[in-house]
Amino acid sequence: MATLDSKTPKGPLKDKWTSYKNKIDLVNPANKRNIDVIVVGTGLAGGSAAATLAELGYNVKAFAYQDSPRRAHSIAAQGGINAAKNYQGDGDSSYRLFYDTVKGGDYRSRESNVHRLAEVSANIIDQCVAQGVPFARDYGGMLDNRSFGGVLVSRTFYAKGQTGQQLLLGAYSAMNRQIARGKIEMFNRHEMLDVVKVDGKARGIITRNLITGEIERHSAHAVVIASGGYGNVYFLSTNAMGSNATAAWKVHKKGAYFANPCYTQIHPTCIPRSGDYQSKLTLMSESLRNDGRIWVPKNMDDVMAIREGRKKPTDLSEEERDYYLERRYPAFGNLVPRDVASRAAKERCDAGYGVNKTGEAVYLDFKSAIERYGKEQAKIKGINAPSMEKIIELGTAIVEAKYGNLFQMYNKIVDEDPYKTPMMIYPATHYTMGGVWVDYNLMTTVDGLYCIGEANFSDHGANRLGASALMQGLADGYFVLPYTIGDYLSNDIRTGKIPTNTKEFDEAEKEVTERINFFVNNNGSKSVDYFHKKLGKIMWEKVGMARNEKGLKEAMAEIKAVREDFWKEVKVPGTADEMNPELEKAGRVADFLELGELFAKDALNRNESCGGHFREESAETDGPQKGEAKRNDKDYAYVAAWEYKGEPADAILHKEQLEFNDIELKQRSYK
Amino acid sequence: MNLTLKIWRQKGPTDKGQMVDYKVTEISEHMSFLEMMDVLNEQLINAGEEPVAFDHDCREGICGMCSMYINGEAHGPDRGVTTCQLHMRMFKDGDTITIEPFRATAFPVIKDLVVDRTSFERIQQSGGFISVNTSGNTQDANAIPIPKKDADDAMDAATCIGCGACVATCKNSSAMLFVGAKVSQYALLPQGRVEATERVQNMVAQMDLEGFGNCTNTGACEIECPKGISLENIARMNSEFMKASLKG
Repeated sequence: MATLDSKTPKGPLKDKWTSYKNKIDLVNPANKRNIDVIVVGTGLAGGSAAATLAELGYNVKAFAYQDSPRRAHSIAAQGGINAAKNYQGDGDSSYRLFYDTVKGGDYRSRESNVHRLAEVSANIIDQCVAQGVPFARDYGGMLDNRSFGGVLVSRTFYAKGQTGQQLLLGAYSAMNRQIARGKIEMFNRHEMLDVVKVDGKARGIITRNLITGEIERHSAHAVVIASGGYGNVYFLSTNAMGSNATAAWKVHKKGAYFANPCYTQIHPTCIPRSGDYQSKLTLMSESLRNDGRIWVPKNMDDVMAIREGRKKPTDLSEEERDYYLERRYPAFGNLVPRDVASRAAKERCDAGYGVNKTGEAVYLDFKSAIERYGKEQAKIKGINAPSMEKIIELGTAIVEAKYGNLFQMYNKIVDEDPYKTPMMIYPATHYTMGGVWVDYNLMTTVDGLYCIGEANFSDHGANRLGASALMQGLADGYFVLPYTIGDYLSNDIRTGKIPTNTKEFDEAEKEVTERINFFVNNNGSKSVDYFHKKLGKIMWEKVGMARNEKGLKEAMAEIKAVREDFWKEVKVPGTADEMNPELEKAGRVADFLELGELFAKDALNRNESCGGHFREESAETDGPQKGEAKRNDKDYAYVAAWEYKGEPADAILHKEQLEFNDIELKQRSYK
Repeated sequence: MNLTLKIWRQKGPTDKGQMVDYKVTEISEHMSFLEMMDVLNEQLINAGEEPVAFDHDCREGICGMCSMYINGEAHGPDRGVTTCQLHMRMFKDGDTITIEPFRATAFPVIKDLVVDRTSFERIQQSGGFISVNTSGNTQDANAIPIPKKDADDAMDAATCIGCGACVATCKNSSAMLFVGAKVSQYALLPQGRVEATERVQNMVAQMDLEGFGNCTNTGACEIECPKGISLENIARMNSEFMKASLKG
């Protein structure tokens, strides 16, 4: 078994990034004009990278499957972005952000990458404000902060419940400035279908124009994959309908190792599913846990009464409610990290206390917060002995100002008023911490092929803390990749334009065309969604919030069977040379059907519980931590990076041993 | 519930196109409108017909990809929602629903219900940004205090999702609400003032070039806007434009 070199610079942790930047090779401005870079994906990572590389002088070609870069799914991130600014004076620092992120990731992330992330976090906020991102401010005109799960400080910056939107529109505006200058050539409605390697280096991609169906060749001196995560392997997730793993999976098949696919984040606060027709799940921001209290009834009689409509949740007294997070985790209460909150909800629902018809829902209640804010407001406004009605009116206004758009979203979907009755929530697939393996330079195991943002694996370990995804996407794109890629490209100043009329491009294009032709000519009996839903069901039931050896082995065999059936029976109407959404989906689901099996294989290999990966075989059996996840640092403190060898089951494991020199490995306790 | 759908079908940009009738049955009131469209498409695929092409992505009302003109209203009969957030509980058993693409000269149809909104892109590229490079040493984010009211108003303008409902619903196919929102966001912030003159002039010039119509103050755009972008933004843009013109 080979070991992987992370290329982490030597020296003390806090000096690594600074001394690295001082020592790397640079490309002079005149030479940058002769160098092309391809960026696939225009979310926070891809958008910020494309804009910054173009500002530096490189010729950037950017690709998005949507009709505009602004529609990438980063747009849907609600809650906020972390940064170690310590504006609240509550003791925050880069080191604390680093520490919280490593601990939150259950000690399965790369220490040096996380420290760098924490170091550049403050720059992100400065940059975004300079771009005109309208973060929330207080009455003194200063930036406001909120708190997120798994930390004890307020370091999260936000723009109402639409932080991702505002940050993405910031990156998009920076892109637009470069598109207008001709430094970014933007390809909307284009999908990358393969990477092209020349002499072992990534030198281009094959794309399909989603309007005309035309297959195109694009060359460059380096290729950056920023295509997001693979949560849609579960069919139902909080991802966008088009979010897919195709770019990441194609590069995996061309030699990039795929790391820790089993690390998936099941987010605790999503709107429960309502029926088989459901196409996606909607997240309710974790920021709601600042003010919402999570509970189920204490007594089974009340559960049944609520399910049958004989009682309403508001009928239950405080004594009849089980605020199970506050009960189990008094120190962090409702603000435990996501993995812990999700498992706790599953535990209560598995025990039969779920509050809706499917038995898969718990309450998120704002009554206490509304009363607390109402009393505070009455005091501020000098209202003596306010009536309960007045308190609720005043408190509701505050809650509305904070979370209005989320409450409206909930109301539109569920048709209930969350100001008056508690929300119902249940965990759903949200984010994938695993992804393409990259070294300290964010380069994959293929030379000249980079991977940034959610698509890579490095910073969140086995569990991502809230408001850290936006931070990582922008850190990679604005502040890390522009340095590291220059070091590599400094060797390409004499290379000249990469031609596309070579055998490498011929072969890659032929492969892509053959696959498309297969789909439109197969004429099977079942739609693409039929197979995607089958895959999703297997993933959710056997590779979901809790996993065991037997289930994982079954999942691998079942996914393989679905995949074989897919290639026989899939039906794609229409032709290859037109806009054809079913054809797009077919290619994406074909890749999910391979990725899903590797996912299960990775989960099977990792016989420990860490972060979002919970193995039933590995739980604490007694003591105060009974039932909590049990990590095994002796045997599993490594990154599992898989090398493609044909069938997913044949993938070869490479280990990157994780070293923690600046942090002591501890059991993660939130009690 | 059982429904009759009258849907615009158009094979490609140069095809003439026509309304076609379809029936769907057993539609749950809890479904979203697009989930109802998924049911129709699954039905069409199984019958060997070509499914209806429509734009959609996030399905939670924020990406701005979905469009559709439903029963004569952009994003359908509900208020403050995009088509993906519209639920079937807004309809009754036996209803006939007419579904068309967003129509405007500057939004040509690509296929069925999918339109080309790249005219919006070009407007943004003409000035929808602040010219600041990424450097890692911009001034501290709290260096310039911004009054809460200004920050909140800028945020309200910035929530535009660029879906184009304002254009589709306007009898003049005007893009003034869309452009006004972007101009306002920057006009309200000190960072945006530096380039305010060129920005408003360039964006308005590009808007005219794309073939969007003028504003005649009917206010339909504000009513149909899924994000409630206020008409005040058009007024602010007009005032900015006037100021810029006087400056020369």
